[in-house]
Amino acid sequence: MKEADKHIEAKKEAPEHKPEVVIHAKGIKKSFGKKKVLKNITFDLKKGENIVVLGKSGQGKSVTIQCVVGMLQPDGGKLEVFGEDITTMNDEELKQLRMKIGFLFQGGALYDSMTVRDNLEFPLTRVLKLKDQKEINKKVEGVLDAVGLLDAIDKMPSDLSGGMRKRVGLARTLIVNPEIMLYDEPTTGLDPITSREISELINRLQRKYEISSVIITHDMECARITADRILVMDEGEYIAEGSYKELEKSDNEMVRSFFNEPA
Amino acid sequence: MEAQQELSGWRKWLEGIGDYVVFFTRFFRNIFTGGFEWSEFVRQCYEIGYRSMMLVGITSFIMGLVLILQLRPSLISLGAESMLPKTLSVALIREIGPVITAIICAGKIASSIGAELGSMKVTEQIDAMEVSGANPIQYLVVTRVLATSFMIPLLAIIGDAIGLFGGFLALNFTDSISFSLYFNKCIASLDFTDLLPAVAKTVLFGFAVGFVGCYKGYHSDKGTESVGIAANSAVVTASLWIFIIDAIAVQITSLLFYK
Repeated sequence: MKEADKHIEAKKEAPEHKPEVVIHAKGIKKSFGKKKVLKNITFDLKKGENIVVLGKSGQGKSVTIQCVVGMLQPDGGKLEVFGEDITTMNDEELKQLRMKIGFLFQGGALYDSMTVRDNLEFPLTRVLKLKDQKEINKKVEGVLDAVGLLDAIDKMPSDLSGGMRKRVGLARTLIVNPEIMLYDEPTTGLDPITSREISELINRLQRKYEISSVIITHDMECARITADRILVMDEGEYIAEGSYKELEKSDNEMVRSFFNEPA
Repeated sequence: MEAQQELSGWRKWLEGIGDYVVFFTRFFRNIFTGGFEWSEFVRQCYEIGYRSMMLVGITSFIMGLVLILQLRPSLISLGAESMLPKTLSVALIREIGPVITAIICAGKIASSIGAELGSMKVTEQIDAMEVSGANPIQYLVVTRVLATSFMIPLLAIIGDAIGLFGGFLALNFTDSISFSLYFNKCIASLDFTDLLPAVAKTVLFGFAVGFVGCYKGYHSDKGTESVGIAANSAVVTASLWIFIIDAIAVQITSLLFYK
């Protein structure tokens, strides 16, 4: 049995308990001009849970997680992160909240004028305000080791492959020990082997750092490996919710069309 | 329909002004909040100042040389050949030196800042900084704007000196004048009211170059084409601001010093 499959099985066998809700979204609405992107988004993310959001391009999947991190303001609805209403937060409160949330961008979003080391030191010195260079080095090397890229520590982002850039991007968000991770299409543009490696890495890191995650993806293999629960989005609303196996047998044609894609 | 389009144009223009004001407020507030990025500021001073010195130096040298060659026949016809060093130094230090330096910097620096921040926006690096809880305005904008405000006056002063030297060489093509006599004549014709307003306006030119470059880059759309648009628009807008600031500065200087 593969590592990822073992993890999926282990999750199923875990005893049930009432976990804490870290993100609570109810009736979120968001429009850009006349276009209503989010019409009625409702979901809860529980502590230690991985949610995968599936949907066609342009359905507002990324907009949802951008609202969670305060990059966009919802036009309506209730959005609470760690029990705090994000829509009423001032800059300082938002900054404090963002220190607990990691956001992995599609392309990794590495600062291309800095080496990998400087990229990882940036949040430590600017966000956590660490001064002790020994402690900084230890953290940088530790997190790079966790994503398997210790050798690339002094490389520039332009010298890295797409998969490596995503790993470094992941390391940069993990270095501040976030409690929630938001992944914006973590495997898009990668070959199937690297995609699987990234998906397995997401699972491994979730277990190691006990992170709750929202993963936006179209990649069904990524969804199968990482998801505790899958939400399927269509025209600004969630039309289905369930585990991978449950949704695989869904009566909804649109939901089934994701699962019937050739691997 | 036409009225609606006109209204939308006005609305866009007013929104643009509003964005400038908001961006300026964010910049200004961040100068005084803690955590000034000294290392990035020094790096920007090096990039902006040292790396532009050669271009500013060559241009100023040629300007000094050409001005003497152009002025000489006119002043000879008026019997005022001895006024050449004075005319050059006043023209160069009061007006031509600062404006030429600023325009060169608008082309070189504003475009590079616009393109750099524009590409950071397109590749979501600025968003990544923001969502990590770091302060992109502090790191990217404050450092660049202060570096241009500090380095462009220095470049203008160096450019003025090199321009005067170019004038000295041009004078020696046809006449013979000693280095010390030439520079004594140049400096004797200048006073505080020539130097202070000139330096003061280069600080404002520097601010315009840095601020416009940062604004255009920071507000570029998400697309590769927008990087080019941001760079181009930064040069055009910064150059326009340089001439507007110059026109206002001349009026203020005239009112204050040359009544």
